[in-house]
Amino acid sequence: MHKEFLMGNEAIALGALAAGVNLVCGYPGTPSTEVLETVAKRRTEGTYVEWSVNEKCAMEVAAGAAYAGARTLVTMKQVGLNVASDPLMSLEYVGVKGGMVILVADDPGPISSQTEQDTRCFAAFSKLPCFDPSSGEEAYRMVQEAFELSEKYKTPVFLRPTTRVCHGYADVEVKDESEYSEHKAEGFVKDSKRWVIFPKLSYQAHINIEARNESLSKVFSSNELNVLTAGADNMPQEVGIAAGGISYTYVKEAEKKIGQLRTFKVSTPFPFPEEKAVEFLTGLSKVLVFEELDPVIERALIYVAGKYELPVKIYGKLTHHVQNSGENTRDSVLSAMREFVEGKTTEEGTDKTAPPELPVRPPVLCAGCPHRASFYAVKQAMKGKKTIFCGDIGCYTLGNAMPLDMVDTCLCMGAGLGIAQGVFRTEPDTSCFAFVGDSTFFASAIPGVVNAVYNRAEMTLIVLDNSTTAMTGHQPHPGTGQVMMGVKDPATYSDVTSCVDIEQVLKGIGVTVVETVNPLELETAVETVKRVSDKPGVKAIIFRSPCIALKGAVKPGNHVTVDEDTCIGCGKCIREIGCPALYMDQEKKKVCVDTSLCTGCGLCKSLCPVNAIGGAAR
Amino acid sequence: MNKNIILTGVGGQGTVLASKLLAAAAMKKGLRVMSAETIGMAQRGGSVFSHLRIGDEIESPMIAQGEADVILGFEPGETVRMLPYLKKGGLVVVSNRAVMPVTASLAGSDYNAASMLDYLSEQVENLKVIDTDRAIEDLGSAKVMNVLLLGAAVASGVLGITTDEIMDAIKTRLPEKLWELNRRALEYTESLSS
Ligand code: SF4
Ligand code: SF4
Repeated sequence: MHKEFLMGNEAIALGALAAGVNLVCGYPGTPSTEVLETVAKRRTEGTYVEWSVNEKCAMEVAAGAAYAGARTLVTMKQVGLNVASDPLMSLEYVGVKGGMVILVADDPGPISSQTEQDTRCFAAFSKLPCFDPSSGEEAYRMVQEAFELSEKYKTPVFLRPTTRVCHGYADVEVKDESEYSEHKAEGFVKDSKRWVIFPKLSYQAHINIEARNESLSKVFSSNELNVLTAGADNMPQEVGIAAGGISYTYVKEAEKKIGQLRTFKVSTPFPFPEEKAVEFLTGLSKVLVFEELDPVIERALIYVAGKYELPVKIYGKLTHHVQNSGENTRDSVLSAMREFVEGKTTEEGTDKTAPPELPVRPPVLCAGCPHRASFYAVKQAMKGKKTIFCGDIGCYTLGNAMPLDMVDTCLCMGAGLGIAQGVFRTEPDTSCFAFVGDSTFFASAIPGVVNAVYNRAEMTLIVLDNSTTAMTGHQPHPGTGQVMMGVKDPATYSDVTSCVDIEQVLKGIGVTVVETVNPLELETAVETVKRVSDKPGVKAIIFRSPCIALKGAVKPGNHVTVDEDTCIGCGKCIREIGCPALYMDQEKKKVCVDTSLCTGCGLCKSLCPVNAIGGAAR
Repeated sequence: MNKNIILTGVGGQGTVLASKLLAAAAMKKGLRVMSAETIGMAQRGGSVFSHLRIGDEIESPMIAQGEADVILGFEPGETVRMLPYLKKGGLVVVSNRAVMPVTASLAGSDYNAASMLDYLSEQVENLKVIDTDRAIEDLGSAKVMNVLLLGAAVASGVLGITTDEIMDAIKTRLPEKLWELNRRALEYTESLSS
């Protein structure tokens, strides 16, 4: 054993490696991404790792390997689980042979997601056991236990951390490589009664699953991960606190300040450890529950109290004693506990004068981001026409911000294509555009293109191809041809397979016009959009220019300069494209360039009415 | 004794590296360390922060309001935003250079460092303002502001960690050709006062 300073996601990866995981796959998504990246970096001989095209593919690849007896880990964020839910729901009926752990990272807040959905509910819905860690250290342990449990009960098992656990760092004691277990896959053994799902098999499996989950509830009741802490003698004996996940650590910090109450930590929200809950509730008259997202523990405790006729009232989100959306914080937990136990809120600090107004700082496209040029080109080309711009998930969602204002809709991965078609059916005189990134294109846009071609829609598809999955930290995808095997330093993927060519895919589907342009060549880009969008049927423009954060994409020191004497301070360059490298010097009334940010993309040069912006060879 | 440190700034300013260097130095001394970082969309120019906790009595990586011993502010406005976390008498080290959000440029708003720094000097007894433009000129690089701010906090002695210990951490993380520059950045504020 040795200690390392690890991010929660890194700890999970090392835990899986210590358990002898044979195959790891997933699709990038904040806050889950670093799990797979760490496996790629630290994997031992014989561990296979891949970024799959989407979560559904990943789930199926992992299931197949687990059928063949391999230990598998599949990683995704919570909305990714929606994509993978089709194979998952059936998989539980079929079961697995090798241990299979499904890592789904939830995102209370939400900080980087579309929804505040709760994978613990998905666990109950799909009937799969679920572990809920409160720290990276605990997750390290849980992932190993999850593999054991999965193999023993032949079922996939969820590990569900949340953002603060995934992205929290701690010094964690981990195994040396020599201590890792080794797991040999037995291989696939043909047995159609086991591996082919049929109504009859599902009926029998359902009976078995319910029975198993009943017994798992008992098993979890005696699992020491579900912790019952006695209250201190000087504290009210009839008051209890229940918590799960990161909120449990907030409770423990709060208890240092107000005293130790009887506390129940729920680490296995499904199947719920009923017997342990009865032990906790017996003798209490009121309980306050802290958890993020859905009131899962709260509802389970209400159920247990009713079932066993315990005279205890459960408080939490459902009673509005705890906020029902967003994150809990150290402060929110402390003040809710104070109020619950002592009937008063946290005393206010010395009242300070209110601070001056703080700037809002929404995330923006990087200076020099090629997406800015692409959006601007379409905006220019379509000026004055009736249009809808359907966006999608990725850095380019940020194209919605002023001044570009080029994203009218955004729903989920790949949805822009369908939405554009729906709007076209309702308002045929609208020029309908769908914008999709390269990684999203492969992940979930292709069926939408087929649908448009097949049903003879009128629309323009804009593929924003920046040669990477940028938002989640630059993962490769089928268009790049780079894979995770052989990677030690993620900046230099060493194995390159053949690339899947977006243009060929579109042509193969039957999109009649497919043109590829560099969006930074503004004039050509605008002309192309005008010409192509005017044609009938489904047509596509691929805007190809690498993300500036990729190695080699930007020449260092290459930036534009503003000629102070020429600049008339009209601010058009700032107003039109909102590049963060440009700002107005309020005293001189001249535009300035932040040379540490400017990449010399040249987009602003073509906007200046007096040609004051120069430099930056391209 | 626990030490709670908040690093705050704008995505891309290097708060994460500074927090990692501190953590590595503390761990090397056998101390427990926990931290929490902003990762994700906010890294594209949004407000970012790190919470870093050092000591044996920590359960959670998050710092509560009124609990931070030190705030390392990479940007004046962001520092004001995090001020509720500072404990009474806590230290604030802040860069005097504002990062103008695009929204402010567009609205022609007059967001500027001066009003933020005025507020900070009103509210914080123990305040160290770093003249960033001058430092960049003196050091010949804008890339080591994070190490410079860290150095200023370390020099105050509040953290219980020395400049040499941070330098050791730098050596294990960064290539040798950057050591000299980082050492100068680390010792920069001390060199000013002497
Ligand atoms: S050239 Fe202009 S638009 Fe491009 S990054 Fe520099 S300032 Fe921004
Ligand atoms: S990371 Fe790349 S794709 Fe994302 S905003 Fe920056 S330049 Fe654009």
